[in-house]
Amino acid sequence: MRGFLLRRLATSLLAVAGVLVLVFLLVHLIPGDPVDNMLGESADPRDKAALRACLDLDQPLVTQFGRFLASIADGTLGRTCHDPLHPRTVTSLIAEAFPHTLALASAALLVALVLALPLGVLAALRQGTWVDAASTAVSLGGISIPAMWMGPLLLLIFYIRLRVLPGPADDEAGLAGLVLPAVMLGTHLMAMLARMTRSSLLDVMNEDYMRTARAKGLGPWRVVVVHGLRNALAPVITVAGIQFGALLAGAVVTEKVFARPGLGTLLLDGILQRDYRVVQGCTLVVATSYVMVNLLVDLAYGLADPRIRLR
Amino acid sequence: MTLGARLRQLGPGPVAGGILLLWFLLLALFGPMFAPHSPIQQDLGHLLEPPSAAHLLGTDENGCDVLSMVLHGARLAAAVSLTVVGISLVFGTSYGLVAGYLGGWVDEAMMRLVDVLLAFPGILLNLAIVALVARPGPLHLVFALTVNGWVGYARVARGQVLVVREREFVQAARALGVPGWRILFRHITPNIVTPLVVQATFGFAGVILVEASLSFLGVGRLTSYSWGALLAQGTTYLWRTQHLALVPGLCIAAVVLGCNLLGDGLRDHLDPRRVASPSR
Repeated sequence: MRGFLLRRLATSLLAVAGVLVLVFLLVHLIPGDPVDNMLGESADPRDKAALRACLDLDQPLVTQFGRFLASIADGTLGRTCHDPLHPRTVTSLIAEAFPHTLALASAALLVALVLALPLGVLAALRQGTWVDAASTAVSLGGISIPAMWMGPLLLLIFYIRLRVLPGPADDEAGLAGLVLPAVMLGTHLMAMLARMTRSSLLDVMNEDYMRTARAKGLGPWRVVVVHGLRNALAPVITVAGIQFGALLAGAVVTEKVFARPGLGTLLLDGILQRDYRVVQGCTLVVATSYVMVNLLVDLAYGLADPRIRLR
Repeated sequence: MTLGARLRQLGPGPVAGGILLLWFLLLALFGPMFAPHSPIQQDLGHLLEPPSAAHLLGTDENGCDVLSMVLHGARLAAAVSLTVVGISLVFGTSYGLVAGYLGGWVDEAMMRLVDVLLAFPGILLNLAIVALVARPGPLHLVFALTVNGWVGYARVARGQVLVVREREFVQAARALGVPGWRILFRHITPNIVTPLVVQATFGFAGVILVEASLSFLGVGRLTSYSWGALLAQGTTYLWRTQHLALVPGLCIAAVVLGCNLLGDGLRDHLDPRRVASPSR
């Protein structure tokens, strides 16, 4: 177990180091002068000089990287550039935004799991019937309908027509205001998980221990829920965990449609204000969270299933 | 086996997916020729009008004809996606082939770069790159979408090479003294094409979605008539009129559904483990 833990920790640290280097190098990735690219060549030379100084682009590459690392080490992630008179640390902005995105992503994960499990189990138990076909159609629709279309459709039905749920930018809506955004963000994952639950349960149904359970006279539901689901759900839960990072990134579109505060809104504001420090900070935080969540899921899975540790 | 028999063997899903995709590609190729108006021609007397005889799919906030915008938008989406998938497929496959064939520390080092790119979930990396340019052109967009688009192909190609390089015909070629690059391209590549085709089908849907998302967010928008831009406009005016959100959304969903149906069908058809239980 120790070897597995150390090996997994080392690959994650390597990935985080790679993420740091890549996020730093992004500015230099597109050919041409970064400031000219960001502001346009005809921008005011004073604005260009100010942005160049703020992003440390007037320094040698090594100094730039040193300062970038220092801004991570001191926990500030640098200072914002768009308002030189009132600069703020990127961390303070992210600290304000992150809880909103975290709440949205968690709600989306909950929606996905609550809908996907019954859908997948029903489809597997009624394989080949209309229930299976309907469940497959729902999953296929969930995977194919783009989230940015799903959001407006939900708004149109539940807010504009039926008037049963709050709409965008409603600060006093509370938990009810989270329902539509969570459904919009969680639908794709729901569809993925429903398909996985179905095929995973179908695989498990043919195992010897299932036959044994049936042979010793257990009822069909007991066989499925106690013996089947427990084994079939492991890969489903793993994928759900790994996809949590994707939900954090996917929140950009959801937050835009529902005019919600959060990391996505912060990122888009950063882009509009040409404040690349904010873009870098948000990218870094989401990518690092993604690597960390992957690590935790892997470790938990390793703890639960000895076969994984031996690989 | 005749074409009809092959199609029957595939089942209705993949065939429907193929028809949807073919329809989209034909629309992209010939649609703009039949567009009733220019996609940027404004008719300020007819703003946000619902579908009518003069404008079959209505007009947008500037009085532009939505049908013409959708037809030209299809060409844009197809051009961007085919370019990105083409470059990603060639680069990713070559990368995976080399990593898998050489193995050892070269493979380890090459796959670590893949791990780093995979650590950026969803459209995050694409957004961060497009954000660097005030007015992105087609090349910027293609670059931003390709930066992590090739990774899936590299993983699939590498995985396949690891299996194929141990097969007898490769061992025999090696024993006969055939040079490494020739083994790679003449003997291994033809045997790993099928899973890459499946990956490309899903990849095409992915690129359509990411391009539309970037455009929807107002970042990396090439024209006012890209499907994502139209959908963003439709969302803004959802309270006044619904056709503007419904039409482009339906187009994106249809193309993505087509790719998923075709990809699922091809994968099931080509996977020998699935032959025993075709319904899975």
